[in-house]
Amino acid sequence: MSNTESSKNTELTRRKFLGTAAASAGLAIAPGVLLFRVAQAKPAAQAVTSKVRWGMLIDSTKCSTGCNDCVTACKTEHHLEGHNRPETDVQWIRKLKVTDKQTGHVMSLPMMCQHCENPPCVDVCPTGASFKRADGIVLVDRHICIGCRYCMMACPYKARSFEHEEVDDQAVSAPRGKGTVEACTMCVYRVDRDKQPACVEACSEAEHGAMLFGDLNDPESEISKRLAEYGGKQIRADLGLNTGVRYQGI
Amino acid sequence: MKKANFVEIEGRSAGYLALLGFLGIFILAALGSTLYMEHNGHHVTGMTNQIVWGMPHVFAVFLIVAASGALNIASISSVFHKTAYKPLARLSGLLALALLVGGLMVLVLDLGRPDRLIIAMTKYNFRSIFAWNMILYNGFFLIVGIYIWTMMQRNLNKYTKYAGFAAFIWRLTLTTGTGSIFGFLVAREAYDSAIMAPMFIVMSFSFGLAIFLLVLMAAYNWTGRPLGDVIFTTLKNLLGVFVAGALYFVIVQHLTNIYAAGHIGVEEFILLNGGIYTKLFWIGQVLLGSLIPLALLYHPTWGKSRRLAGVAAALIIMGGMAQMYVIIIGGQAYPLELFPGMQVQSSFFDGMVNHYAPSLPEIMLGLGGMATAMITVALAIKVLRFLPESLADEVVDPHHH
Repeated sequence: MSNTESSKNTELTRRKFLGTAAASAGLAIAPGVLLFRVAQAKPAAQAVTSKVRWGMLIDSTKCSTGCNDCVTACKTEHHLEGHNRPETDVQWIRKLKVTDKQTGHVMSLPMMCQHCENPPCVDVCPTGASFKRADGIVLVDRHICIGCRYCMMACPYKARSFEHEEVDDQAVSAPRGKGTVEACTMCVYRVDRDKQPACVEACSEAEHGAMLFGDLNDPESEISKRLAEYGGKQIRADLGLNTGVRYQGI
Repeated sequence: MKKANFVEIEGRSAGYLALLGFLGIFILAALGSTLYMEHNGHHVTGMTNQIVWGMPHVFAVFLIVAASGALNIASISSVFHKTAYKPLARLSGLLALALLVGGLMVLVLDLGRPDRLIIAMTKYNFRSIFAWNMILYNGFFLIVGIYIWTMMQRNLNKYTKYAGFAAFIWRLTLTTGTGSIFGFLVAREAYDSAIMAPMFIVMSFSFGLAIFLLVLMAAYNWTGRPLGDVIFTTLKNLLGVFVAGALYFVIVQHLTNIYAAGHIGVEEFILLNGGIYTKLFWIGQVLLGSLIPLALLYHPTWGKSRRLAGVAAALIIMGGMAQMYVIIIGGQAYPLELFPGMQVQSSFFDGMVNHYAPSLPEIMLGLGGMATAMITVALAIKVLRFLPESLADEVVDPHHH
């Protein structure tokens, strides 16, 4: 009998303790949660919607051959330090120099994941690790990527890299791992907090203004207006992938 | 015609044990190579972000293609009712399974994360031809397993023709899937063609039978069992037909590509100025892998020599490996065309012919896959009744006197 009583008492004390603990924890966290909600345009609990389609417009006439600002920003943002092995080091964004063999005309532009509406990498991925978010951003789920590299075979833009070595010093926002495939994420965690991708930000901070980010579905967005007025081309449009990244001056 | 009497091999001779030991060394080396590659990451291999599929894929795809082809002999007996092939049907099924085991082993151990195989087996993206292939491979084991079972258990013999028919349809589908891994790649000029699937099927006939013939010769020579001229000549002549058929598809594949202006660049690369790939194509695949074997198999006097038929089969296997190398590595070495007609340069090797040199661990992994296939056969014929005691002419040919 005394046993039951004492266990009841323990139970009561435990409940009380848990109650107090929960209340104080709640008090402690509340301001943080509130602040977080204020700072964030799209609450984390709200699902990504296909009402928006994120895209980029790149004006190659404003992109100069020697400039590497977008590439540097990407490397800094995602901690993409190489091992000085250019053939196996990852590249999420790179600069292309395109010369017309006939006329000698030279164009400069950044090349990265084009965030296709019909991405071949997503089609071929056996496990579904390659996927497209409802808002058009194409990503790799690094938890279920088995490292088969079929997506790299399928991508027409050479946008993806295989992690050939152990990764240390990862950025919290860009988890990566040896033996899996990775690519431009359009800085999805920044986009979800109403910020611009790092490359676009760097390009505009340096006042080049060659890169514009925005919602292709919103006719009032800057990117849509500019596309409506001046048009924009897709690279390898013949493949019918409907890319989220568009180019002017090519 | 006598009824074939299937008997296990004794498998206790020094030669047999030496064979197992020899194959075992290659398998150990393959496992060691895997550990080395997975521990350090793929940068220790010849593979890069440009050549993402390397030597392991050359071996793996070759073995998987050959696997379905090795089943042909069984199909000819069960589906097309050629009784002369019936005594060979069990070995044909066994070799098919063994080659698939070897090929898949190489494929899986080259993954970036082979430890995640369970994910590949449980999460399927049904738009992916790769995911279909995993289902096709697993189904192949099941169906061919049942097929062999119906052949071995007397009271199930009446189901052999149904199982054989299912296996035949399945193997055609499987190789269609393997060819389509490349055929469905619209981004690369070297692939992107519906002909890949039928071409892979005819290649499978040729590679599978070449391996079958060598395994058969080895098994019967080393165990001292009689292998008559009737069955040998039939197989040898059939092999010639398959080699010619595969060559025909190669010609059509390249002619079609040459005709398309947009694909002329990659054709010039493979056929004329691609360095190692051009050499492997003309010398490895066409001359040594097709034309010389055809001469050896059909020449009025050479065609009578078993030794030369064996040489022809070995050359066909080497030619097949060369063909796989040209398709898989050559197809990636040629740069992606982002801006047709323009010259593209970058820090990521755009617009350049990509460099690849296979590393030793990759080669050892591939050879280990072949050794795994062979050791599977060697062990299975010791424990189960796969091989007829005799394939002498009077056993095989109902009209032989």
